[in-house]
Amino acid sequence: MSERRPAIRCAGLVKRYGDVTAVAGLDLTVSAGECFGLLGPNGAGKTTTIEILEGLTAPDAGDVEVLGLRWDGHEARALRERLGIQLQETKLPDKLTVEEIVRLFRSFYRRTHDVDEVLELVELGEKRRAWVSKLSGGQRQRLAVACALVSRPELLFLDEPTTGLDPQSRRQLWDVIARFRTAGNTVLLTTHYMEEAERLCDRVAILDHGKVIALGTPRELVASLGAAHVLEFTVGESADAAVLEPEVATLPGVHAVRRVDATLALTVAELHGTVPALVGLLGRRGIALASLRTHHATLEDLFVSLTGRSIRDA
Amino acid sequence: MRDRAIVQLTLARMREFYREPEAIFWVFGFPLVLAFALGIAFRNRGPGTLTVGIASGTGDSSLAAAVATEPGLRPTILDSGEARQRLRTGSIALLVVPGAPIVYRYDSTRTESRLARLTADAAIQRARGRTDPTLVADDRVTAPGSRYIDFLIPGLLGMNLMGSGLWGVGFSVVQARTKGLLKRFMATPMRRGDFLLSYMLSRLAFLVLEVAGLVGFGWVLFDVGVRGSLLTLAFLSMLGAFSFGGLGLLVASRAKTIEAVSGLMNLVMLPMWILSGTFFSYARFPETVQPFVRVLPLTALNDALRAVMIDGAPLFQLGAPMAIVAGWGLVSFAVALRIFRWR
Repeated sequence: MSERRPAIRCAGLVKRYGDVTAVAGLDLTVSAGECFGLLGPNGAGKTTTIEILEGLTAPDAGDVEVLGLRWDGHEARALRERLGIQLQETKLPDKLTVEEIVRLFRSFYRRTHDVDEVLELVELGEKRRAWVSKLSGGQRQRLAVACALVSRPELLFLDEPTTGLDPQSRRQLWDVIARFRTAGNTVLLTTHYMEEAERLCDRVAILDHGKVIALGTPRELVASLGAAHVLEFTVGESADAAVLEPEVATLPGVHAVRRVDATLALTVAELHGTVPALVGLLGRRGIALASLRTHHATLEDLFVSLTGRSIRDA
Repeated sequence: MRDRAIVQLTLARMREFYREPEAIFWVFGFPLVLAFALGIAFRNRGPGTLTVGIASGTGDSSLAAAVATEPGLRPTILDSGEARQRLRTGSIALLVVPGAPIVYRYDSTRTESRLARLTADAAIQRARGRTDPTLVADDRVTAPGSRYIDFLIPGLLGMNLMGSGLWGVGFSVVQARTKGLLKRFMATPMRRGDFLLSYMLSRLAFLVLEVAGLVGFGWVLFDVGVRGSLLTLAFLSMLGAFSFGGLGLLVASRAKTIEAVSGLMNLVMLPMWILSGTFFSYARFPETVQPFVRVLPLTALNDALRAVMIDGAPLFQLGAPMAIVAGWGLVSFAVALRIFRWR
């Protein structure tokens, strides 16, 4: 990565809530100018981690440095001036207009965008006189991001910015983030959408149970599976998928096999070798193929191969 | 100036308030409705004319004629069944039963009845030849500020300052907390003092309307004047608003849900509604509880407001009640700042 001073550096972060350890010894370095994603299922510790980095939650142990400054002591206020933060569960006041809310947040900072500028950035100019209660989910989320961007931040924190949005709203928000990055700014975001991480992030840390279980560029991480494709199939009711499992593992080009009930998922290097071999095997046994699906390996597949669970239902 | 955080925060508070029609009603409309209803119900009629029943029998008409000479009494001759029934329901204040002796039948716990007995007796005795040994003359006066409505309007003003201070501040602080807005503000360089102060300032802005509305209403409809200076009244109202705003902050400083804060509000306000002399004088409570009643902020505020509106007291005479009101506000605000839950 770059030679520049890291935007975020943290080491040995621990946070416990009663008996639950939300963050269990976490180290991260985010370079300036990078878009970094924290990826993981609900309860993996993403929000706790990002809120520790935002200075909203005090860790039980560990060391945090953001833009070269620390949260404890007199630097906190100066640091806040340089950050833009969007929180996961903020509900902005229903009876204020878009413009009024941006103006309110703007008043907290010294160095700011004009209201017009920031509304243009998030494409909410037409809605400036609308009450929050009249906005769609995507518009509200862009307003939340506008409140984060109004301070001209060097570092933007986004906690699940697109959760619950329709695909079009999600793409609009991705565009906003991309525009913010072109100026050389840094973004740290959490998400449980693989596609979002692959699309937006330079590097990704996959979190599970409060720890980083994988770290790298999306491409590197997918490549670490050792195979580029995933082949999923089910067989008719007459056959037992469990019995087939050891046998398909020996087919040419198969790196790993995983079974969920009647579905077998093979991680394979090249489809053109494995698919005929599989069809041949089933043919010799007289087993009917009920379904067959293939896709390029994704971070989702990596998560599954690392934890045995899918991100959505983890 | 316009882009200062304190200005924007105060504007946001005010906008949220005046865009909420229900809030407007409870703060501005409700006290007027209450004042109107109570003002009508308790308007001063004096005892008016009292109806005195004369039981039918020998000599009833001469008794009736004697009673009729008294301008405040109206005699009516009744048979015994009707007389008993009307005496029980209070539609006659006194029943005079002719005979020797003449019997006055009445409920001695009713002021009206005792009054009727005294005047009826005097009229009857005069008719039978009693003469007064001394000459007397009446000089009737109506003291300004002695009507119930004169007592009520300052009390309602105090109660309204309490209600809107507690609800206006407490409710919206807790709402901001449950919506995650407090936490979001903590993620900015906003000064916490600005945030809390904005609640006080927005209260102040509406205070002017609130006080002017209620005092003006009392003046136009019931001729309730302000004998003291309007400036003193304004200062007292402001002090009260700050004090109850501080109390509102304290009540809301930890509560995580609207339900919790509503319960706490009622816990704080209910005793004062009853004890602090809004609708009736707290002198009616036993001597032993008086010291506790007097140190309540609403009691002190009501006393001071009445002193200004009814007695025309100048500011410097109100040191004690103002110290109590201010003390509650300062202590509440200081404690609230210390224990406030920002997320």
